[in-house]
Amino acid sequence: MTVEEIRGDGDNFPVGLRVLAVDDDPICLKLLETLLRKCQYHVTTTSQARMALKMLRENKDRFDLVISDVHMPDMDGFKLLEYVGLEMDLPVIMLSANGDPKLVMKGVTHGACDYLVKPVRIEELRNIWQHVLRRKKCDNKNPKKSSGQVKSHQANGEGLGSPTGNADQNGKFNRKRKEDEDESEDNENDEDPSTQKKPRVVWSIELHRKFVGAVNQLGIEKAVPKRILDLMNVDGLTRENVASHLQKYRLYLKRISSAASQQAHMAAAFGVKDSPFMHHMGSLDGLGDFRTLSSARLPNVVLSPYTTTTNAMLGRLNSPSANVSLRNLSPSVGPLQPSQAQNLSSSIASLNKMNFGTQNTSLFQGIPSHLEQNATNNNSKGILGTSNFNAIDELLNGASFNPEPFDASGAFGSSNPLLSSTESFHSQLPLVNGSRRNDASLNGAYLNTDFSSGVGLVGGEVHNMNYGNNIFGSLNSSNISGNGIVSRLGRSLGQNNAISNQRMDGFVNGRSSVSGGSNLLQQNEIEKPVNELRQRSNEDSFLLEETRLNAGFVPQSYDSLDELVNAMIKREQDETVSNCEFQFDDDYAFGNGI
Amino acid sequence: MHSHILLSLSIHIAAYKISLLISFSLRSLTIINCVLRYYFRGRTNSNMQRQLATMKQSLFDQGYLDEQFVQLEELQDEVNPNFVEEVVTLYYRDSVRLVQNLEQALEKNPLDFSKLDSYMHQFKGSSSSIGAKKVKIECTQFREYCRTGNGEGCKRTFQQLKKEYATLKKKLEVYFQFARQVGPVEKARRPK
Repeated sequence: MTVEEIRGDGDNFPVGLRVLAVDDDPICLKLLETLLRKCQYHVTTTSQARMALKMLRENKDRFDLVISDVHMPDMDGFKLLEYVGLEMDLPVIMLSANGDPKLVMKGVTHGACDYLVKPVRIEELRNIWQHVLRRKKCDNKNPKKSSGQVKSHQANGEGLGSPTGNADQNGKFNRKRKEDEDESEDNENDEDPSTQKKPRVVWSIELHRKFVGAVNQLGIEKAVPKRILDLMNVDGLTRENVASHLQKYRLYLKRISSAASQQAHMAAAFGVKDSPFMHHMGSLDGLGDFRTLSSARLPNVVLSPYTTTTNAMLGRLNSPSANVSLRNLSPSVGPLQPSQAQNLSSSIASLNKMNFGTQNTSLFQGIPSHLEQNATNNNSKGILGTSNFNAIDELLNGASFNPEPFDASGAFGSSNPLLSSTESFHSQLPLVNGSRRNDASLNGAYLNTDFSSGVGLVGGEVHNMNYGNNIFGSLNSSNISGNGIVSRLGRSLGQNNAISNQRMDGFVNGRSSVSGGSNLLQQNEIEKPVNELRQRSNEDSFLLEETRLNAGFVPQSYDSLDELVNAMIKREQDETVSNCEFQFDDDYAFGNGI
Repeated sequence: MHSHILLSLSIHIAAYKISLLISFSLRSLTIINCVLRYYFRGRTNSNMQRQLATMKQSLFDQGYLDEQFVQLEELQDEVNPNFVEEVVTLYYRDSVRLVQNLEQALEKNPLDFSKLDSYMHQFKGSSSSIGAKKVKIECTQFREYCRTGNGEGCKRTFQQLKKEYATLKKKLEVYFQFARQVGPVEKARRPK
């Protein structure tokens, strides 16, 4: 029976249950603490969600249960819930004065074990130990099935983080894997000889890069785990690891593409502002459409040509042009002055409104302010940051801002940018070379995917454009799924940035803004990483920031892009993408791809 | 000789009687003393306790406090002898800033309803945690006005809320002062 297996409680369960209570309201916190003490639980309280996360991360074994308020100033309760669910796989109980069924639903879908309405009664708290027991039981035996799939997905995903997480999505496949994964997850506790203990594969950036390179080489259609494994030539990596990672990657791309298609529309609308690039764009397949579209801002009409264009561009997997296509959009905007950026952003905003509803709008609103803040670099970033996923395309188009900061931008604008953009990057930014390689492969890989939408490009762009394409990067990160993509981008960017430090500054900022997309706009949502990113934009810590940003971003994206995020979340939960978000290793694969 | 014996005997008897008398009187005095002491003390304390209970009951009856307050009192024990008072004090201290935020936000033009709603949500949470019934009702009303975008309604409700908030504060202050005099009382009876 699992009761005995439960740590520390033994036969006197639930006495001594270790609870972490988080609530910014001191009265409620005090009350909660007293109530819990009355139930004979061990209580630790904090009013800061970040502090709570820190405590949890320090020692995953320190607590059995987390009770958290929904409304908190430093971090949203749902985000904390996601984090805890993914990283620590502890049961989380939400607490709120608002008993609106919609919120309760949101809590449950985010993986909460329970949802209590304030003021809390002691009777309700007497039963919370059931959640702990239930979860442990599920962990040890089957794939977690506590309070619904979401939790199980999260639990699995989190534990697996690595490729095995993918198993979640695929029912059958998952089932088999889940057990393995669960086992590996419970490694420390699991002494059951029958369970296979697979050491978790950490998909580091390097590993992911290799993976993406291999996939690109083989072609996304033809990429099979065995061959990828052979190409990667990494010790200790099994076919299963690769397979699950591939699955995640595919889902990620799918997500991007669907988001990108929306963005493509947006981008198309804006893409062709007065940039000298237009000419070049015209040279590119379908780029010319942008020009016409630029002023038009017609949502769907614009989108289709853009999309096709981007698709076409994307179609050329390893061709830099593909990457460039997006770039072109951006570089074209390059010369744009902040005012232009403003216009762009406003147009984007309007477009957003047209297409996407309030979320985008709010995001875009942030863009102008963002633009103003920084130089061109920032502008682009701002846009990126603020735009949603949909906005990515627009941003891309408007990404012209990005080029500005870089000397290369001029180069972009002038030459056949699409192609040269990549190259120009190289020339202009020697550092890029290293990353470019990655980018190209990544881009190719992403481009190959069906998702022509800007997202894909952006992803690739991001890599290539690390230096100049802050926008892209950020766009990708912010817009794309918000969760996985952003994190992914962050990672990929980070990697590239590592290579090319200098331009990172602006980029980082942009990225942070972008990924934070929602972050920028929604200050309160922005997590520390984002803030840090901004502050340290000029540092080489970009990589670090990126990752943090990603982590931070992910949760934030939820807030900003409600439906999108929720959908994504659900999808991610199914997929292990969500896991990726928190685990850069995993995300890297996807992020880089983008 | 005979007389000697008689005399001694009578003396003994007398002494005995006297001692009896003395002890009796002493005892009775002590008894009387005790009785009087207990009588007076018990009466005062129980009087006060009764008064306290009445006071509390009236707060419930008038709708200032609700069930949650009882919960708080139930949490009070030897380990936490002044729990309720501590929580209420904390509430009044912490909610000051919320009230200030609300004041400031209500002076802006145009009104930011979502912000107002968010402040009020916090305030409502705290108020309901201590069982401040009337205050909570006003909070709910306020949020309703926020939802419908009724600025005037919000302002009006907020004034009402502040009144209730202040009234409850005074009443609770009196209550706690009295409670401290009475000393630890048995568990509060649930208000009917």
